Amino acid sequence: MKPEDIIRPENKVYARPELLTDRDTHYCPGCSHGVVHRLVAELLAEMGLADKTIGIAPVGCAVFAYNYINVDWIEAAHGRAPALATAASRLNPDRMVFTYQGDGDLAAIGTAETIHACNRGENITIIFINNAIYGMTGGQMAPTTLLGMKTATTPYGRTAELNGYPLAITNLLAQLDGTCYVTRQAVHTPAAVRKAKGAIKKAFENTLGKRGTSVVEIVATCNSGWKLTPAQSNEWMAEHMFAKYPLGDLKNE
Amino acid sequence: MAKVYGAVTIDSRRCKGCELCVVACPCDVLQLQPKEVNDRGYHFAYASKPEACIGCAACATVCPDACIEVYRVVDRGN
Amino acid sequence: MEEVRLMKGNEAIAHAVIRYGADGYFGYPITPQSEVLETLAELRPWETTGMVVLQAESEVAAINMVYGGAATGKAVMTSSSSPGISLKQEGISYLAASELPALILNVMRGGPGLGTIQPSQADYFQATKGGGHGDYHLIVLAPATVQEMTDFVALGFDLAFKYRTPAMILADGVVGQMMEKVVLPPQRPRRTEEEVRAQCPWAACGRGDRAERNVVTSLELDSARMEVNNNRFQATYRAIEEAEVRYQEYFTDDAEYLIVAFGSVARICLKAIEDARAAGVKVGMIRPITLWPFPSKEIARLSAQVKGILTVELNAGQMIEDVRLAVEGRVPVRHFGRMGGIVPNPGEVADTLRREFDVEL
Repeated sequence: MKPEDIIRPENKVYARPELLTDRDTHYCPGCSHGVVHRLVAELLAEMGLADKTIGIAPVGCAVFAYNYINVDWIEAAHGRAPALATAASRLNPDRMVFTYQGDGDLAAIGTAETIHACNRGENITIIFINNAIYGMTGGQMAPTTLLGMKTATTPYGRTAELNGYPLAITNLLAQLDGTCYVTRQAVHTPAAVRKAKGAIKKAFENTLGKRGTSVVEIVATCNSGWKLTPAQSNEWMAEHMFAKYPLGDLKNE
Repeated sequence: MAKVYGAVTIDSRRCKGCELCVVACPCDVLQLQPKEVNDRGYHFAYASKPEACIGCAACATVCPDACIEVYRVVDRGN
Repeated sequence: MEEVRLMKGNEAIAHAVIRYGADGYFGYPITPQSEVLETLAELRPWETTGMVVLQAESEVAAINMVYGGAATGKAVMTSSSSPGISLKQEGISYLAASELPALILNVMRGGPGLGTIQPSQADYFQATKGGGHGDYHLIVLAPATVQEMTDFVALGFDLAFKYRTPAMILADGVVGQMMEKVVLPPQRPRRTEEEVRAQCPWAACGRGDRAERNVVTSLELDSARMEVNNNRFQATYRAIEEAEVRYQEYFTDDAEYLIVAFGSVARICLKAIEDARAAGVKVGMIRPITLWPFPSKEIARLSAQVKGILTVELNAGQMIEDVRLAVEGRVPVRHFGRMGGIVPNPGEVADTLRREFDVEL
């Protein structure tokens, strides 16, 4: 068959999600954020939630998430997204409220807001991008940075003596009575992306069903910060990150 | 036996040449342009072996910039 | 029929915010204002009006809950006292920058640091000059009575929504803690979803049938556009200065000396003024009700009439700077204040008038 016979509307099996705006993202080539944005846009459209969604954007690389997914958004101060989401959700209980946060936002400056929103069992979804580095500010150490990992503020590698240990905060969140679904996913292969999409869908369903807080951690790459190519970053992640942050459900009630 | 024909279109303006689609493709359909670049200076992806495409959408699934669309025809021989 | 009750200022706030038809309150305990959250919890408005009341994990979380709620167009408030208000400054700056209406109550205690739990007015600078980072102002209302505590809830919310800017009730610990007679306003219904969307077309409350989505953000990396935003904020502040200055005058018609005082201190000064007048010294007073916008024009006008001005504050001299800016050196402006939670008596005010202006008292 010739390409022109295949490339016809009736044969289309994958299209750019309509809920993505036309803007090009500011993310570096190969950044995991783009894949997760795409999944969120696909799901909100597929689940018919575009008109009732309130997204809460963080400070960090995803600060401009609101430029890309065409729903109502509120931009939070650094770390405060779960506090905003708490009020947005409680005051608008029939809305689909989700936060989109990085590791610095969720696991360092926003630790209190994150833990307490989860502990109260707020009916929100928290999408947590863990790439073990501060991307937006130029590659500094994150709470999730692995031991030995070189960053702008651990130029000789993170040591436990100086910087403490990498924080698997999702494990902590799974211990809280308020969370109903806590899972750790990745988007480095087609199969992983499909699983991650299923996880975010389950989280959104929990939020709609008022079952408590759902947390979807995406172990992700920051190839600029890691100083690797996108493909190398995926390999490095599979080799090193998954040992500390193994994929799979931590809680599914 | 049914035969599957696939094809992709790539928004070369939007593509950042990250190469993740090239790695994900099980049929080695895609490559980055070796010399040509888009407006932003990226060696964008293109189908160098379009006839090998089975329309599995692995490339689009891992694309961070949502710039790949996928088409598939299943020819059942009738 | 009028509903007259005897209660603390902090308790009155709780009743007033429910009766205003507010949608949410988010707070964190701190002396001397914990009665606000306690009274709300006792009144359980979520069972009557549907108002959300939540004890947050911190003042930072509470103000950011206010930010999240306000961004969806809801009428929300928080309250705290001085150290907690310092923690809230991040969120307050974001509220101002995102042009969100909200009501914040500060029942001031003595600082700096952990300071004391006794009454103070030492957060005047913080409240009237912005408080957090960036060029912004809050509308600042200073109640002197429990009745004003009550009434300023509605006034604060109305002004906040009118100008899309946060408003603050800046009460000293005396007004928060003392019990007085108060007439409570009638219960207003909370706005419906349709009314919220009509009043707040900018609200990020889910697109619904709106043609365009809404984004509430304070971020603008393009400096030229950020200056446009800042100019818009400033234009709002000029409009507020033009239309919303509030103050009360006492015996100013024939005054030869003027006291400027706000909050509970103004009531102490009133007693000093009565004593002075009984002794033949014509003292008057202006009590700013809005600390921002400040009644500069009225003070400037009176400065042409009087021989001297005394500011009396529960601090080391903060409002005096705004009085001096208004007076532009026409007459001497002096300060009397007590700090660390000590409330002066009328005799001390009279002593200061005698000392500073050489009057026979």
